[in-house]
Amino acid sequence: MLYGNDFNVIANVSKVIYKTKHINSQLSKEKQNNKTTMTNDDIIQVKDLTKQFGKFTAVNHITFNVKKGEIFGFLGANGAGKTTAMRMLCGLSYPTSGKGLVAGFDISKQQEMVKKNIGYMSQKFSLYEDLKVWENFSLFGGIYGMNRKEIKDRTDKMLKELNFENERNAMVSSLPLGWKQKLAFSLSIFHNPKIVFLDEPTGGVDPITRRQFWEMIYAAADRGITVFVTTHYMDESEYCDRVSIMVDGRIDALDTPQNLKNLYSAKDMYDVFLYLARTAKRS
Amino acid sequence: MMIETENICKSYGKIQAVKSWSISVKANEIYGLIGPDGAGKTTLFRLLTTVLLPDSGKGVVAGYDIVKDFRQIRKEIGYMPGRFSLYEDLTVKENLQFFATVFSTTIEENMHLIKDIYSQLEKFSSRKAGKLSGGMKQKLALCCALIHSPKVLFLDEPTTGVDVVSRREFWQMLKRLKQEGITIIVSTPYMDEAEMCDSIALVNQGEFLRIDTPNGIVSSFDKTLFSVKSNKMHQLLNDLKQYSNALSAFSFGESIHLKVNSPTIKQDLSSYLSDKGHSELEIQEIKPNIEDCFMAMTSM
Repeated sequence: MLYGNDFNVIANVSKVIYKTKHINSQLSKEKQNNKTTMTNDDIIQVKDLTKQFGKFTAVNHITFNVKKGEIFGFLGANGAGKTTAMRMLCGLSYPTSGKGLVAGFDISKQQEMVKKNIGYMSQKFSLYEDLKVWENFSLFGGIYGMNRKEIKDRTDKMLKELNFENERNAMVSSLPLGWKQKLAFSLSIFHNPKIVFLDEPTGGVDPITRRQFWEMIYAAADRGITVFVTTHYMDESEYCDRVSIMVDGRIDALDTPQNLKNLYSAKDMYDVFLYLARTAKRS
Repeated sequence: MMIETENICKSYGKIQAVKSWSISVKANEIYGLIGPDGAGKTTLFRLLTTVLLPDSGKGVVAGYDIVKDFRQIRKEIGYMPGRFSLYEDLTVKENLQFFATVFSTTIEENMHLIKDIYSQLEKFSSRKAGKLSGGMKQKLALCCALIHSPKVLFLDEPTTGVDVVSRREFWQMLKRLKQEGITIIVSTPYMDEAEMCDSIALVNQGEFLRIDTPNGIVSSFDKTLFSVKSNKMHQLLNDLKQYSNALSAFSFGESIHLKVNSPTIKQDLSSYLSDKGHSELEIQEIKPNIEDCFMAMTSM
């Protein structure tokens, strides 16, 4: 393990280093104690997953699987329980009951291993604005325990793919929003995770960049990375291999976009969503 | 005119957030400012609501100058900023009471304006605003912006991050407010909402692209647009981009929109795609929507 080695390039990250070391020691413990392995082609397996906040059941016995290499759309109205479910899958929140395996690790018992093996990008926070482009790559790579050479090689490769070679030394804050989103996505898969969680990655992004972003998602999926994505753009749900729709804490529909449209005799995914969301009782 | 600006400009350091915009909003219309993040929408709202001073240019809101008459303007307008800006540690009722008092009115006096929206909030009236769900916060913010019966309502991205069903409901609320005689200027990054507006301005990176009615913008699209489907959608996008007659090709949900110069190439397109191994081809000439137009204007 090479935690910390690469942080000397960046000032003021002592807290991160401390936290990383802490995670590191937990990781080795977990590795020794647990030998959970994947039994089939599913990268996510969830059974009766439930989260309660007091009397309120935010996520109510959801059961579903996500296949390796799949683009999985995770839809639902505001307040349906998407964020809570996603936090559990990312190892950020303990389930009240039920089981889940993500990338082969138990989301109730091996949260640090889950975190290490997934990528995550949210619309709100994804990059350090006051660091340069290469410094962001270096920081993320370091946090995920990559060594100096790996970080350098991968940074070169990704900047080339993005056509961002001239922006290597640019401050992130100086980049246009569309570029930032593309950069944030590259960072979320920088450590080659098996699965990446994208939480409304295209919110507020201009229509052309939004489409370029989906081409990046396809490219990642072609390389075998599973993509778990939420969006409020219904056209984007058509680009997913399968889509689930949450209503009042439950998953009320899960299938390919085409099958869902057939099932609800709907002309597009917007109509499918409308039909299901209208059955919601809670607000 | 309820709002008029003339070559209004605002920069932050080197960044020109609003580059010489001239807009006119008629009384009692719903005016949409449509564009992605970084277009300058929020800056324009701050200039018009007298929160920011322009670098140059002029602006008039409800007959008052945005620099000289800022006090009068503040009495006449309701402003719902993009970020939730109510008092989180006050209850729903207390927030409303507070805004009513600040504007020397009472909740009862303008209840008719907010009744529809407030009825959905009423059961939470003693809950702290910070503990409301996103949708409820949005409704409370709208009530607070309306409580003094403003002439002009400024809504800065009220539907960002909101699901499609709630977005549709929100627009229905706006249509009802319009019937009460309120002028509404609303910004949004969602192109599909443009069709709900009487007039729209398409903006991008500080620039004005076009001002018109939604129909006017769509009919100014002077190329041919095909909606194309095949059995291999992902490959189809790449093949269409390589097609010699293609001006642009973009994914649009379950089909791809291909822009070409003339409808006469349909046969050629069909044989090109068959040669590339596509079957179950569906090629249909379609009317563009606002998003097609926006992309045509920004990809030149």
